[in-house]
Amino acid sequence: MLAACGGGETIVEAGTRAGVLHLGNGSEPQDLDPHTTTGVPEHRVQMALFEGLAKLDGDTLEPIPGAAASWLISDDKLTYTFNLRPDGQWSNGDPVTAQDFVYSWRRLLSPALGAEYAYQLYYLTNAERFHKGEIDDFSQVGVRALDDYTLEVNLAHPTPFFLSLLDHNSLYPVHAATIEQFGRIDEAGTRWTRPGNLVGNGPFTLTTWELNRVITVEKNPLYWDADSVQINAINFYPIENYTTEERMFRSGSLHATTELPIEKIAVYQEEDPDLIRITPYLGTYFYVVNTDQPPFDDPRVRRALGMAIDRESLVENVTKGGQLPAYAVTPPGVAGYYPRAAVPYDIEEARRLLAEAGYPDGEGFPPFELLYNTNESHQKIGVAIQQMWQQALNIQVTLANQEWKVYIESQNNQNYDISRTGWIGDYPDPNTFLDMFITDGGNNDTGWSNAEYDRLIAAAARESDPDQRLELFQQAEEILIEEMPVIPIYTYTRIMLISPDLLGWPDNILDRHRYEALSLRSANTED
Amino acid sequence: MLKAILRRLLQAIPVLLIVVTVTFLLVRQAPGGPFDRERNVSPEVLEALNARYNLDQPLLTQYIDYLSNAIRGDFGPSFTYINRSVSEMIMTGLPVTFELGLYAITFATLLGLLAGVLAAMRPNTAQDYIPMSVAMTGICLPTFVLGPLAVLIFGIWLGWLPVSGWGFSPGDKILPSVTLGAAYAAYVARLSRGGMLEVMSQDFIRTARAKGLPEYLIVLRHALRGGLLPVVSFLGPAFAGLLSGSFVVETIFQIPGLGRFYVQAAFNRDYTMILGTTIFLSTLIILFNLAADLLALWLNPRLRTRSTRV
Repeated sequence: MLAACGGGETIVEAGTRAGVLHLGNGSEPQDLDPHTTTGVPEHRVQMALFEGLAKLDGDTLEPIPGAAASWLISDDKLTYTFNLRPDGQWSNGDPVTAQDFVYSWRRLLSPALGAEYAYQLYYLTNAERFHKGEIDDFSQVGVRALDDYTLEVNLAHPTPFFLSLLDHNSLYPVHAATIEQFGRIDEAGTRWTRPGNLVGNGPFTLTTWELNRVITVEKNPLYWDADSVQINAINFYPIENYTTEERMFRSGSLHATTELPIEKIAVYQEEDPDLIRITPYLGTYFYVVNTDQPPFDDPRVRRALGMAIDRESLVENVTKGGQLPAYAVTPPGVAGYYPRAAVPYDIEEARRLLAEAGYPDGEGFPPFELLYNTNESHQKIGVAIQQMWQQALNIQVTLANQEWKVYIESQNNQNYDISRTGWIGDYPDPNTFLDMFITDGGNNDTGWSNAEYDRLIAAAARESDPDQRLELFQQAEEILIEEMPVIPIYTYTRIMLISPDLLGWPDNILDRHRYEALSLRSANTED
Repeated sequence: MLKAILRRLLQAIPVLLIVVTVTFLLVRQAPGGPFDRERNVSPEVLEALNARYNLDQPLLTQYIDYLSNAIRGDFGPSFTYINRSVSEMIMTGLPVTFELGLYAITFATLLGLLAGVLAAMRPNTAQDYIPMSVAMTGICLPTFVLGPLAVLIFGIWLGWLPVSGWGFSPGDKILPSVTLGAAYAAYVARLSRGGMLEVMSQDFIRTARAKGLPEYLIVLRHALRGGLLPVVSFLGPAFAGLLSGSFVVETIFQIPGLGRFYVQAAFNRDYTMILGTTIFLSTLIILFNLAADLLALWLNPRLRTRSTRV
């Protein structure tokens, strides 16, 4: 399966010569079914095996044609008509048709499948009602095959990021006959995703899947754009341990890693700056505040805590991975949106607010807990912020760490005072960050509720003018930062190691890399 | 003899039943469920997921269902690896872990015996102190220190051996086997030294010496078999321990063995996987203990006369 390393040639050198890419891929994929999985490692393999109607360009993140050659958007922005490629084929030679997409989306929305990402299709008319079992007739849902190669999609509201969603694995098409051969349409975990069974429409096909060892995909000669695919095969290695991954990279076993341990960042920056890649990521690290209990039910207290954090110093001295200090929840530059709202670093004002709330110089402020999931870097950040609050506001906070699942449960049950969280956007649009804080939102664990905020987010969802829509988000985020149920800390970065042999690996905030745009060429920089 | 073995096997049944019941109840007591994610799962999706894995049934029904399936060798589907059954996962991981364990224990036995016997031949001299100090260091040095250190020296600086993998490139099995075996080699060394010293002080050895037999013949022909006893009773459980405890080495060296599944299953609250591997490994431990006892019986004739009361 792998080229033997004769004559001192490393796996990477042999791979570059043969056009075989070796990638670290985090944890072992739970499955390769695009409809039942939610993780990044799964998505990275699925991107090779499947293709949505549109995909995101690696440099601009603009939607570009995928399984659909073109599309038409109606003036009211509610109807999308996709023209599929007449030469589009599944890896078994069947044509990729509009009916395939109708089938696939029906599958995603089938209540019994239990697809966690079914809500990605809620933008379609009646999709949510079908998924919640309120209607049984799928023909009422806003997706229809006009003929074999024309797909019509009807949205409930104008959704400017709808085309970006098409590149999400949940909206990828699956091959109906293959699904039915191994089980029902709404059955998860059948054998259809095994090598030999899996039929896809992506630039690569699945050849091996050895549990916890390697997944190999090979170039798909039937892919519509096969001529421009330059990589012959990709090996995805499930490597959960970043230190192991770094050692494998260093010994020439990987072209690219998924991560880099913090303590190695400085070493690489000094010794091999051309190997390390740090790019901003569509994610924010923040603290959520339990606003249902005193003293945190007082917005002045929350704001005082937010203002007393020196974020510049934190990213420079503690996280050290090129992170950007975050003064609002939405990362800057998402779909042309730069949050106007910003929490200042202002100790004087913070002390004044705290005094106003009844705690002059922190007097009488009840001791509270800062919760995080057990992890060294969360702890370091917690210790730094603990000191900042103690010095600036004279308040006592103890750190409490919990194992991952315990922490998730505490947070879901609002069983915490202040807890660290991160949020990675699903698509490049402010909505993916801001709509989580609506009243009783599924991921709003703060207990915070603000009618005006809810109204603005709902209005943004219906607004068809893009500028006006962003303005609504600006106003909403101003309320969020003023009220501060969440304390933004920093904007995430992706830090990884990339071999100079690997070309066409763009930097973008989604960490999205299309394998069909990559190529390998020996850089000969290593001895 | 056969009766004794049968009785031991029968005794294993209630032990296993207790293991299953306690594990079954404990995993459900642990806070956080298999579908608790950073991104909250909506109520209707959670309902579908619970239905898929029978978690919507009363606990007693789940328990009875689980037991009756498990008896037939069906440990159910994994909650985490959606399209795999627990049995498939165990059968995938076991051969790898078994091979790794076998190499490690072989390495440990050979090296440990050599060091232990050499030390016992000249107690309280340099020939004793040096290997025993090394052994003590080996016991104290955890695998998560030894492993990366060995990788750094032999994998990266010297470039002699691959830094990770299992069966990907020639020689990639050496470092993990040695790392895993090192601590056990140290134990074997200390145990065999102790065992040998005891045997060497006995009358029949003195007789052999008096008859003028050369020292190496005394050791090989007369002392070794008796001196090995403590090592053998250690090796059985040790091997079973290796099968369940190779998680760290499997992680460091990127080896697709059972240990990684086992530990990950606990973190993921993968109920069926935790139960399946626990039952499987408990059975192995019981069997290996039995095997070790039988081997000890064969090595020590004095035990054999009382063998009906094993």
